Amino acid sequence: MIHVENLTKNYGDIAAVDQINFEIQKGEILGLLGPNGAGKTTTLRMLTGFLRPSAGTIRVKEIDIDRHPIEIKKIMGYLPESAPLYHDMLVFDYLNYVADIREIPPDRKRARIRELGDLCGLNPVMHMPIAELSKGFKQRVGLAHAMMSDPEILILDEPTSGLDPNQIVEIRDIIKRIGKQKTVVLSTHILSEAEATCDRVVIISHGKIVADGDIDKLKQSAGGTSLIHLTLQRADSDAVRQKLSATAGVQGVVSLDDVDGQLRITLSVPSTRDLRGEIYRTVKQTDWELLEFYQESRTLETVFRELTKEN
Amino acid sequence: MRAVVPIFRKEFGTYFVSPIAYIVIAIFLLVTGWFFFSTFFILEQASLRNFFSMLPIIMAFVVPAVTMRLFAEELNVGSYETLLTLPVSFNDVILGKFAAAVAFIVAMLVPTLGYVVTVAVLGRLDWGPVIGGYLGAVLLGAAFSAIGLFASSLTRNQIVAFIIGMTICFALTLFERMLFFLPRAILGAVAYLGVDQHFQNISKGIVDTRDIIYFLSICFIGLYAAHLALEDKN
Repeated sequence: MIHVENLTKNYGDIAAVDQINFEIQKGEILGLLGPNGAGKTTTLRMLTGFLRPSAGTIRVKEIDIDRHPIEIKKIMGYLPESAPLYHDMLVFDYLNYVADIREIPPDRKRARIRELGDLCGLNPVMHMPIAELSKGFKQRVGLAHAMMSDPEILILDEPTSGLDPNQIVEIRDIIKRIGKQKTVVLSTHILSEAEATCDRVVIISHGKIVADGDIDKLKQSAGGTSLIHLTLQRADSDAVRQKLSATAGVQGVVSLDDVDGQLRITLSVPSTRDLRGEIYRTVKQTDWELLEFYQESRTLETVFRELTKEN
Repeated sequence: MRAVVPIFRKEFGTYFVSPIAYIVIAIFLLVTGWFFFSTFFILEQASLRNFFSMLPIIMAFVVPAVTMRLFAEELNVGSYETLLTLPVSFNDVILGKFAAAVAFIVAMLVPTLGYVVTVAVLGRLDWGPVIGGYLGAVLLGAAFSAIGLFASSLTRNQIVAFIIGMTICFALTLFERMLFFLPRAILGAVAYLGVDQHFQNISKGIVDTRDIIYFLSICFIGLYAAHLALEDKN
């Protein structure tokens, strides 16, 4: 659906986006992740044709965005960060205006605005000035604006920023519902959000892509080590340290604390192999009492921190 | 190009939602009314020449106030991004806003027809200069709107946009009065650039294509400069 090749944007000497390549398939919900200032918004602005790239190409359905921007804007809906809208217009007037620009036929216009009002929960504020709306409602007006022409591609820049937890859940539900038929690209720096809504994530840092893939694969891949936690009773700490680190595959004992006669042990193991069986058998040969035993699954948080750390 | 119409409608409507429109119209009528009627009964002439001769200077001050928000406000709020990611081109946006500003100036001129009626009742009015004067006023308003639109596209601060626009408009209005130090050979060519001469020609009732072309070219230059300024932003 969307092909991005060697996309670059320079501001003076600084490359805000530096030669990134990715592809987005039809019907995918792609999350663009990265710390603040990583180049997410710049990338999205180029995808929508608002900013012109310094170098590289963007093709949407094989159409070059630089040559036919209007064709592409017609099939694309965009919600900019923090939904900047005309403050002095009523919500209904604003949606009506967007419908006119998007060339919705006059006889379908009212029905379409009503549909969007239902979908985004805007009916109670339809006749209020946008300036008087709460942040959550403004965001929903922005979402309705983006979906006006039922576009094939939706681009959402931090769609849930500044919302309260209930509103976040609502907006995520809306995005998921839309994402069943549409291609959605959203940016966020909230990882749980990406985990909850996206099929695939692209992580960017300092304008470069540092990871690209579905979330489960990302969790397994990068970094290479994961942790196993054990709690033992009636065991001698030296013996435990010696026996466990001798177990085939274990990379080392990360920590070993004695808390009221209970030993809490953390082992580092390669994330490519499952060593839980081996460790269990080692413990079973002794007369230690096993109280707790679990492997820490790598969260997106850890992956993200490892990948976007300053080098 | 179809997007011009909704943009025009929205911009024109927005003028009358905010108090700015009413304040600007009130100031314009107050100033023109005072200047016109303060000498009208002394001169005892049934003509509107006095009103029209003041118009370029008053417009140089009022029109940039009308156009200052057109782009500056959008750039400041960020709605510029929302607007340009809709299927519209720069031309749609610029022409829509320009048409809205010109329509607003026409709306501002409509109440001054009251002066015409007053004069026509009091004496025998020569209609040629009146019709010419209003044609000239609309052309002048359009030319200054194009300049104001360009000024507004340069900055996100409305006050700065107003001052830039006003400076250019004032310069175009007044500079032919400061040409006495120029050599005679180039005087004619330079004087041609000033607004006042062309406007006064039309408001005498002489509609010359040279004057119309002058105003249309100022419009074109202003709008094209606005186009370049906006294109440069991304």
